[in-house]
Amino acid sequence: MSDKKPISSVNDFVVRFANVNGSGSASANEMFARAILRHGVPVSPRNIFPSNIQGLPTWYEVRVTEEGHLGARGGVDLMVAMNPQTWDKDVAGIEPGGYLFYDSTKPMPSTKFRDDITVIGVPLTAITNSTYTDPRQRQLFKNIIYLGALSALLDMDPKLIEQLIGEQYKGKEKLLSSNVHALHLGRDWALQNLKCPIGLRVKKSDTVGDRIFIEGNSAAALGAVYGGATVCAWYPITPSSSVAEAFTAHCKKYRHDPETGKAKYAIVQGEDELASIGIVIGASWNGARAFTATSGPGISLMTEFIGLSYFAEIPAVIMNIQRAGPSTGMPTRTQQCDIIACAYASHGDTKHVLLFPEDPAEAFEFAAAAFDLAERLQTTIFLMLDLDIGMNHRLCRPLKWDDSKQYDRGKVMTAEMLEEGRDFGRYLDVDGDGIPYRTYPGTHPTRGSYFTRGTSRDRYARYSEEGSVYADNMQRLVRKFETAQDLVPRPLQANAERPTKYGVIYFGSTSPAMDEAIGLLEARGHQLDRLRIRAFPFHSSVASFLAEHDFVYVVEQNRDSQLRQLIVNENGIDPIRLVPIVHYDGSPITARYIAKAIGDHQDHLKVTPLRKAVS
Amino acid sequence: MTYIAKPKFHHPGLKKNELGYTHRDYEGKISTLCAGCGHDSITASIIEACYELSIEPHRVAKISGIGCSSKTPDYFLGNSHGFNSVHGRMPSVLTGANLANRDLIYLGVSGDGDSASIGFGQFAHSIRRGVNMTYIVENNGVYGLTKGQFSATADRGSKSKKGVTNTDNAIDLVAIALQLGATFVARSFSGDKAQLVPLIAAAIGHKGASFIDVISPCIAFNNHAGSTKSFDYVREHNDAVNRLDVLVGRDPIAVDYAPGTVQVVEQHDGSKIALRKIDADYDPHDRLGAQTFLARHAAKGQIVTGLLYVDPDAEDLHSHLNTVEAPLNTLEADTLCPGSAALDKFNASLR
Repeated sequence: MSDKKPISSVNDFVVRFANVNGSGSASANEMFARAILRHGVPVSPRNIFPSNIQGLPTWYEVRVTEEGHLGARGGVDLMVAMNPQTWDKDVAGIEPGGYLFYDSTKPMPSTKFRDDITVIGVPLTAITNSTYTDPRQRQLFKNIIYLGALSALLDMDPKLIEQLIGEQYKGKEKLLSSNVHALHLGRDWALQNLKCPIGLRVKKSDTVGDRIFIEGNSAAALGAVYGGATVCAWYPITPSSSVAEAFTAHCKKYRHDPETGKAKYAIVQGEDELASIGIVIGASWNGARAFTATSGPGISLMTEFIGLSYFAEIPAVIMNIQRAGPSTGMPTRTQQCDIIACAYASHGDTKHVLLFPEDPAEAFEFAAAAFDLAERLQTTIFLMLDLDIGMNHRLCRPLKWDDSKQYDRGKVMTAEMLEEGRDFGRYLDVDGDGIPYRTYPGTHPTRGSYFTRGTSRDRYARYSEEGSVYADNMQRLVRKFETAQDLVPRPLQANAERPTKYGVIYFGSTSPAMDEAIGLLEARGHQLDRLRIRAFPFHSSVASFLAEHDFVYVVEQNRDSQLRQLIVNENGIDPIRLVPIVHYDGSPITARYIAKAIGDHQDHLKVTPLRKAVS
Repeated sequence: MTYIAKPKFHHPGLKKNELGYTHRDYEGKISTLCAGCGHDSITASIIEACYELSIEPHRVAKISGIGCSSKTPDYFLGNSHGFNSVHGRMPSVLTGANLANRDLIYLGVSGDGDSASIGFGQFAHSIRRGVNMTYIVENNGVYGLTKGQFSATADRGSKSKKGVTNTDNAIDLVAIALQLGATFVARSFSGDKAQLVPLIAAAIGHKGASFIDVISPCIAFNNHAGSTKSFDYVREHNDAVNRLDVLVGRDPIAVDYAPGTVQVVEQHDGSKIALRKIDADYDPHDRLGAQTFLARHAAKGQIVTGLLYVDPDAEDLHSHLNTVEAPLNTLEADTLCPGSAALDKFNASLR
């Protein structure tokens, strides 16, 4: 051990588990995170996993944060190194003064360690092998045994973990007691053989409040249930599959007729993304609320239909759980890289509505709202999540629903309205907002039928290749998009304490890291006004924010600063005033990264007056 | 004269069906296809079948892909909603529409390029799922709208109008539909209205995935010597397995063909199909037999027409998904939204 002092911290540190995927570690690691929450201390866990089922490295990172910083922090204070394949890299990643927890059954050469960290060896394999004979049991209980040892080392209350095990194995007494037994095997060994606790400690607090712990994909799927979606068509693709799976589970719970047992929903696993979006378009054309969930490659396949949705004006909701592209890219790594692809998806002049939730609570709200917007605007609405929000448990405010809310089914002409003799032109702008009326198939025996097509037609849906008729329709679509500006969620602005000429724009999963970075920047003396964009088309307040600041940083998780491009393009402003801050290695952006990038840039902008410099 | 709007007046003595609709009520716009196109004969047969069945015209949803055949829904059932969607994607759009409202009749119109080439996958999967629909392929073995390229149903060895010989094997959509579990499979010829009208009527009455392959010569690009989809070739090589009448409680459709045994099949909707057997050995309830029969005749260069297979007790996608009887598009927040009390409980389970 060098003179580097071991890190000492209560309720503020990062633990990283290095495992082999398929070893059953995920549930033990998740239990670790939940146990800390039960101490009243916020955590922010992240699964870092390969595109593989068994045998490749996987990591689970838990940021313990009494302050409530839910973004990734970067760096590791305690490494639980259970994977020999990644040992060297894992050990190298520990902060100086940090801790290494490992299975000491087999002796390791001293060169495999570092002298500026505290090494904690627990003979996990030896303990497991002497207790269990079945190989699968040995593997699974080894995970619970290290959980027990960690509970002693971090001074956690074992009762709270037992409670969690009790909830997980409710009604399965045998599994329950054997898990509790394994927990204590590890805990007792550590208490008897190691100095407990170490410098990192979990202390009971009450900073979690009424917040819930949920994955964004599950919350978005529940939003679809609350928002009245009845048709879901999807094709499996990471990281979006769990949206459809969660929708299925939620529907089983909430959407069966109590008397007949029949389903008030239809879910189809399509043969590909083309079929999935086709089913959504067909169902929406026929008046049902329908959605699909996919990721980048699926969006690419769907673009022809997205153009049809735009031009023939058919509602659709697409949840895009973004992952790193292009091509197959990094299927299990996060990015915000489909902004341009979705905003302008399909051939010809097209523009689409994008919603950017920051966390599962907003994913729920925006998912439900997406169906109102899709039917009101009769076009595709993209709900832009990413792997970081979608597939990780995130602490967020409880989900809320107003029971007095009715669905906005948009402008639908009914049989009664047609009977009254109302003029029906499928593409006729009667209200000046660019939004025409539609009819559902089968409404009236002699009125209101029309022929839907992706080719140009006049205001009464009659086929036409007249240039003026085509242009008239395209201009109405622009008017409709302007209407959308005031219907979508508005940006949220938070100003610095003192007036400043500098601003920062960010969106989606960057939110918690950005909020934390503001504090770090203030500590460096930089004041920034913040604007969180929550939707495209941009509300007029985006243009105002740009006008009020000399320089605006645009923080995003892609290489080409796509949101910045969109802002420049749509607002027609001088690009030099928008400074790109990009992070795109597939890991979630951190406060440290943002604060350094913006801080360094700000330092360069500070010009020392000449007189001062020479005096 | 396709630029002339169709006059609305009609003969006052025009016959009316059970619901009081005349034949004209089932017509659409004037066709813009080439004069003499086989597709127009199919359009006429669809109109005839719907009239005979006394369907309310607006309760049909007509869905198509892209191509000459896919334009035809504009030419029949003018009071129905139509959807000329995306090339090769009619089946998925129809599937979605059907999920949204199980009470309408779904008529899918496609072509051989649309269903056997670009949309082969969607054709296959909609059949597999048992979507309750009548799926008609107007099969001319050629891309008409882009002027004469071979499609995937063009027979190997057949010649294009430009003299090019097709060296790729042909896809027989009927054989594929049988293999994929379609519960109503038939083939006909656009020029044989007596056979086609009752087939369409029976397919509409069938609950499940009905597929009809209609050979429809393209008079512009595929009606020459060397083509195996020309009027002359099909007439010479046609071998009908049966003739059928659809009995809907009124006068059966008048077809009077070769006498033989008559077999009556009652469909799910109560309509009856009377099969007049031409081939005494043919059993339309035997999927495996149908496949063998088809293959044996194909080897002899014969095009088998008629009702090849029907399962009168078929189930459809809605029965597989166990959906409620009310169309999903009629459900509102009161039945779809679990409400705030359920949400509070859900929140509590996540702490």
